[in-house]
Amino acid sequence: MSVYGPVVKIHPVVVASIVDSYERRNEGASRVIGTLLGTIDKHSVEVTNCFSVPHNESEDEVAVDMEFAKNMYELHRKVSPSEVIIGWYATGYDITEHSVLIHEYYSREAQNPIHLTVDTALQSGKMSVRAYLSAPMGVPGKTVGVMFTPLSVKYVYYDTECIGIELLQKTRTSPSRTNGLTSDLTQVAGSAAQTQEMLSTVLAYIEDVLAGKVTADNSVGRYLMDLVDKVPMIPAEDFETMLNSNINDLLMVTYLTNLTQTQIALNEKLSPFLPTRPSPYPSSFILFKLLMPKA
Amino acid sequence: MASRKESGVSSSNTLDSPVKQIQIEGLVVLKIIKHYQEEGQGSEVVQGVLLGLVVEDRLEITNCFPFPQHTEEDADFDEVQYQMEMMRSLRHVNIDHLHVGWYQSTFYGSFVSRALLDSQFSYQHAIEESVVLIYDPIKTAQGSLSLKAYRLTPKLMEICKEKDFSAEGLKKAAVGYENMFEEVPIVIKNSHLISVLLWELEEKSTVPSKHELLSLSSSSHLEKSLQMLMDRVDDMSQDIVKFNTFSRNTSKQQQQKHQYIQRRQQENTQRQSRGEPPLPEEDISKMFKPPQPPPRMDTLLIAGQINTYCQTVKEFTSQNLGKLFMAEALQGHNS
Repeated sequence: MSVYGPVVKIHPVVVASIVDSYERRNEGASRVIGTLLGTIDKHSVEVTNCFSVPHNESEDEVAVDMEFAKNMYELHRKVSPSEVIIGWYATGYDITEHSVLIHEYYSREAQNPIHLTVDTALQSGKMSVRAYLSAPMGVPGKTVGVMFTPLSVKYVYYDTECIGIELLQKTRTSPSRTNGLTSDLTQVAGSAAQTQEMLSTVLAYIEDVLAGKVTADNSVGRYLMDLVDKVPMIPAEDFETMLNSNINDLLMVTYLTNLTQTQIALNEKLSPFLPTRPSPYPSSFILFKLLMPKA
Repeated sequence: MASRKESGVSSSNTLDSPVKQIQIEGLVVLKIIKHYQEEGQGSEVVQGVLLGLVVEDRLEITNCFPFPQHTEEDADFDEVQYQMEMMRSLRHVNIDHLHVGWYQSTFYGSFVSRALLDSQFSYQHAIEESVVLIYDPIKTAQGSLSLKAYRLTPKLMEICKEKDFSAEGLKKAAVGYENMFEEVPIVIKNSHLISVLLWELEEKSTVPSKHELLSLSSSSHLEKSLQMLMDRVDDMSQDIVKFNTFSRNTSKQQQQKHQYIQRRQQENTQRQSRGEPPLPEEDISKMFKPPQPPPRMDTLLIAGQINTYCQTVKEFTSQNLGKLFMAEALQGHNS
């Protein structure tokens, strides 16, 4: 086993689950443990899911409900058959002797299990997430022990996860830690405001550089040039036509959807008068379909 | 805009409903996203159960677990057993084991179907405050999390209870496609520790946040949505044709009945004048069987679906218009 073991890639949903189970721990328990599920690659281990396992810890002994762990794993396997046990997690900052015992159990379930610690009690000042691999050490034949070697931890996101996390970040700033879901133009306005903020930071930096307060950095300058180049140089009339045709398309679609909605509302209002009077055949539907092949 | 007005309409409807707001934990959102991402590629829907509790007039959703897909090899897979086992296990680790609803992913916004109606009805019948969360992964990938919570209106609940889906039943309850479902506003809430975690993630993550929302190239999404809208409109027109034929048949039958009765009477008067015994009165209703009226429920569902499509398309176009105007402003600076 090389010193720099595999890279551990964690999805944020896993850490959020761990934090949640820590918040719901039994009275008197100082830490929570659970199983990590995911997939193993040649050079990396990707952790995608987890579940907590009830356990009891006292000064001299530790008891883990292994039946429960097996059961839960089976249930999880039914939903995502590709996930395997890749290790276990514990909340707290240090690795205790009990951890060694638990780690041994997990070595029976998976090859080279990783051990993840999440510092929910914020002992080190922030919530650090660290991963370890175990390696035997000592004098063979006499005192042998286990050493936990640290691994590098990276956070990976799916695209949609990115967007979800961005939305969750907004709850940090509100006093009641809540955030409603907005829709429509307000979201575009929000994004525009964000971009504006970023542009003003960049502008402030440029001003400083020009005034000589900050030394110019070539790589930043190159990025800035890329940024300015990204706005395409289109002759004004071409841009006008493009813009107008796009706006026209969108307006037409809006008009037609409004028409459709009116039509179904009409249809509904007229149908109670049936069966003596048949409802009018919706001619706007035909119109709609004739115009649509262009889109 | 129109969507804001619609939410105004639905909020007045929810005055007499037990749930006025939904509060979701960030964890649930992440889990739903992950479930679709991993298991939902290619297949239509992924589903799962929501767990939580009810506090005053708020429904708090604190956890969830996914359901395996139905297309498994072992056909004797017991869903109920899976659910029971899962809930029992979660109880051991102090997770709320109260069922408060279910979630489902949708494809371009098509979720108004008979199956959804039935499931939601059985949930709402058993647990009064339950909701169905509709997660739209494609719209989310475009830049904004699309998660909506729906409940059946009390009127629709009544109809489902009596299973009376005929035209008279619907007329009695005065249910239109607009008050089939009511939307409940959602709020995301995170605990303090999760906030700490979020700070940590912001520091550590090196993935640049992609500004998908401001991208202008979303016409394929619009095309797809319009395609689905057209399909539904096709279904609707077929349904209307069916209904027209039915009504025409009924009126024709009425005429025929009328004619038959008249002829009978004429014959009877003739026979009386000739002194012969009148013909026996035949049972007319057995001779002219009334045609089967087509079920009106499907029309209602289709109309509801068309309405949802129209709403999403309008939202989409309004966003795009905003983006186009922004692009214009950017060009204006250049030239």
